[in-house]
Amino acid sequence: MNSFATTLRESAPGQRVAQLGASALVSARALRDARTWGPLLAGQMRRLGVDSIPIALFIAVFTGIVLALLSSYIFTGAVPLYFVGALVGKTVMMELGPVLTGMALAGRVGANIAAELGTMKVTEQVDALETLAFDTRAYLVVPRVLAGTLMFPVITALAMAMGVLAGWVTAINLLDLSTPEFVKGLKMFYKFKDIWFGLVKSASFGMAVTLLGCLQGLATSGGAAGVGHRTTRAVVLGCEAILVLDAFWALVLL
Amino acid sequence: MGKWVDGRSEMIRFEGVCKRFGEKVVLDEFTLDVPEGQTTVIIGASGSGKSVALKHVVGLLEPDAGRVEVDGLVVHELDWEALSDLRARIGFVFQFAALFDSMTVEENIRLGLERRRQLSGADISARVTESLQLVGLDGSEHRLPAELSGGMRKRVGIARAIALRPKYILYDEPTTGLDPVTSAVIDRLMVRVREELGTTAIVVTHDMRSAYTIGDRIAMLHEGRVRAVDGVQEIQRTTDPVVRQFIEGRPDEAGVEAMVVTGRSA
Repeated sequence: MNSFATTLRESAPGQRVAQLGASALVSARALRDARTWGPLLAGQMRRLGVDSIPIALFIAVFTGIVLALLSSYIFTGAVPLYFVGALVGKTVMMELGPVLTGMALAGRVGANIAAELGTMKVTEQVDALETLAFDTRAYLVVPRVLAGTLMFPVITALAMAMGVLAGWVTAINLLDLSTPEFVKGLKMFYKFKDIWFGLVKSASFGMAVTLLGCLQGLATSGGAAGVGHRTTRAVVLGCEAILVLDAFWALVLL
Repeated sequence: MGKWVDGRSEMIRFEGVCKRFGEKVVLDEFTLDVPEGQTTVIIGASGSGKSVALKHVVGLLEPDAGRVEVDGLVVHELDWEALSDLRARIGFVFQFAALFDSMTVEENIRLGLERRRQLSGADISARVTESLQLVGLDGSEHRLPAELSGGMRKRVGIARAIALRPKYILYDEPTTGLDPVTSAVIDRLMVRVREELGTTAIVVTHDMRSAYTIGDRIAMLHEGRVRAVDGVQEIQRTTDPVVRQFIEGRPDEAGVEAMVVTGRSA
């Protein structure tokens, strides 16, 4: 697995297919090895998930405020102001909640994983794990990817709630809008799909960000410069993956 | 030659191993037998492929051609379960110890023991204490690797390897970067491990004092293959100019000249 990314890049197309197949088999074996990754999962969920809640909520608050003010500016004189609630709700739940949270976590979580595993790789800690008969995918990759896939939707759900809350507080304090009017707008176009659409997207973002962080980290070589390079790549690729997946889900589910 | 058990040779054997990284050929038909119960030292210049050869024994690298056999098993042909079983019989001491830096000394040593699930919790604790006593670090169980000196880290690395009671132990540059006194401590420790646990060892080093102290046999790796392999005294008396130059630490005149002209320090 250590040189998998490099090998894949340098090999012929036919070989790549074979290598991808072999890699899938190895990943399936790692996934079945719950004895290895099971005890590590809770710790990763706390470290990658729970510890990321403050930054996600911080972003959500300001997103809610800006959305309320922006929609009020757009709607004034043309559309009833209670549509502010509709726009804040729809936008936060379906798009900005998942995507902005995902982007922030691509920085925090993706960089964290790539730097940690990259340092382990260049200091031979990954090799040491293998000599102790650990499957490094089961020990290092699976708990992180599972934690990301499970925790991104939880964080995103909190960010959605915080974004709507911030939009409501802004609307009743800074705009000429009452709570019943804001709630009326919020309910007007609401569908349950708005929430699960956002949560499904965020689960896929979590999987992509953590997987890319792991792959970049384990492909590290060349000391501190290599760790820096792979960490940057993990963040960039994580953000790109989020945008591509965002478009994919919009095409598939809407 | 090693013993034969169930028709399989009980030893480590490199047979025509070739390994290249990009354009650089590191091992070129590297062939060497490591007899059981002895310490075989592989010497050679930095970057000559000593550590690369060692990593083939535990399947961290696969040869481009040739094979490495351990107890008659071809390492790169083993499936995951068989490779795990093989790794359970081999301890590996890394050049910079490769301790897990988020874990205490005790946790570093426990990890491999808990993985194998052969010992109870109390037995694992006893084994950790015993291993740390053997390397002279009892009482350091709760310290983190960052709180240890280079020599202590290497000793913890050795404790982690011997805690598993391996049949074979592989040392990658065990004294590199250490002061002479600490190097001598590590040398004695390696001799003690062999005497007390009876392990077969391969030691990769370019520290000749260490090689003479701990080795039963010395093999010199030069330009990707074994240039000479013999007992310690025979190697000390060799007339091979390349081996003599290395063991005496004499610089190549042409190389020195080139460095002086280009302004590089040796």
